[in-house]
Amino acid sequence: MEQESQMFLEVVYQFYKTMTTNEISLVYEGEITQEITKIFTAMTERNLEKNAESNTVQRKVFHVMVECLQNISKHADSLNEDRAERRGIVMVSKGDDSYNIITGNIIKNDKVPDMKKNLEYINSLDKESLSALYKQQMREGSISDRGGAGLGFIDIVKKTGSKLIFQFKELNSEVSFFILTSTIKRN
Amino acid sequence: MDVIKIAGTDDTPNVHLDKDNGILELSGRSLPEDVTAFYQQILDWIDEYVKAPNDKTVFNFKLEYFNTASSKMILDILLKFEAVVEGGHDVVIKWFYNEDEEDMLEAGEEYADIVEVPFDYVVM
Repeated sequence: MEQESQMFLEVVYQFYKTMTTNEISLVYEGEITQEITKIFTAMTERNLEKNAESNTVQRKVFHVMVECLQNISKHADSLNEDRAERRGIVMVSKGDDSYNIITGNIIKNDKVPDMKKNLEYINSLDKESLSALYKQQMREGSISDRGGAGLGFIDIVKKTGSKLIFQFKELNSEVSFFILTSTIKRN
Repeated sequence: MDVIKIAGTDDTPNVHLDKDNGILELSGRSLPEDVTAFYQQILDWIDEYVKAPNDKTVFNFKLEYFNTASSKMILDILLKFEAVVEGGHDVVIKWFYNEDEEDMLEAGEEYADIVEVPFDYVVM
């Protein structure tokens, strides 16, 4: 027992070291709600202010976080059908020349091909085409019953000027884990 | 017409719609969890307004931030004023932005591309 708790302390320390050396300012795994979204964005805003980041960078980070978190709170599936809560993992890290917002959540396998295609397509577009696609989707799309407008990914790439980095890890025949990294350049 | 005056919160904007005094304004932040629930009252009010609009309509958008779902609702609001323009009434969308905020100016320009209503861009 004693040894086990000592080991756990070591895990905590390693975790702390990993976080500080990678300048990870936020890690969370759990349910993502509107309340959580507001708290995390406010926390990150304060952090960026302390780091004296420019208003432009602050706003872009805020923007991307809202879209990523609301994506999870609206679209995440769960491992277990009985647990309808929308949960995921969120990380915010600061690199030498960029901030990274990393999110991960469970998604049903049958949604994966369309999402992949959509993300690859968005990544292939230049600024002008992204703006055209955004306008088209705004005109032709409608708010889904989950409350999304299908604009989040387009908007992130358009506002950050960086391509989305993503991966789908198949967990079983039903679901995959979707990991998304958005990058906001610091200058 | 009824006056709608809603104080903003950290995820919903200030709303001021007052036909008699010629005030139509949205300001602050818009990232509600359920955009349809929040914006429906505004869209309903505008539906009424466009039936008998003032000779001159100025709609102030002084938003500092809005999420993508809200952007769709803002487009729905703007589209309703096309009918007012077509009816020969004067309409101006005053789109406010901070000088260092290119994205907000760009968002206004994108709306102006889509909607047949004149826009004025104003530095806050």
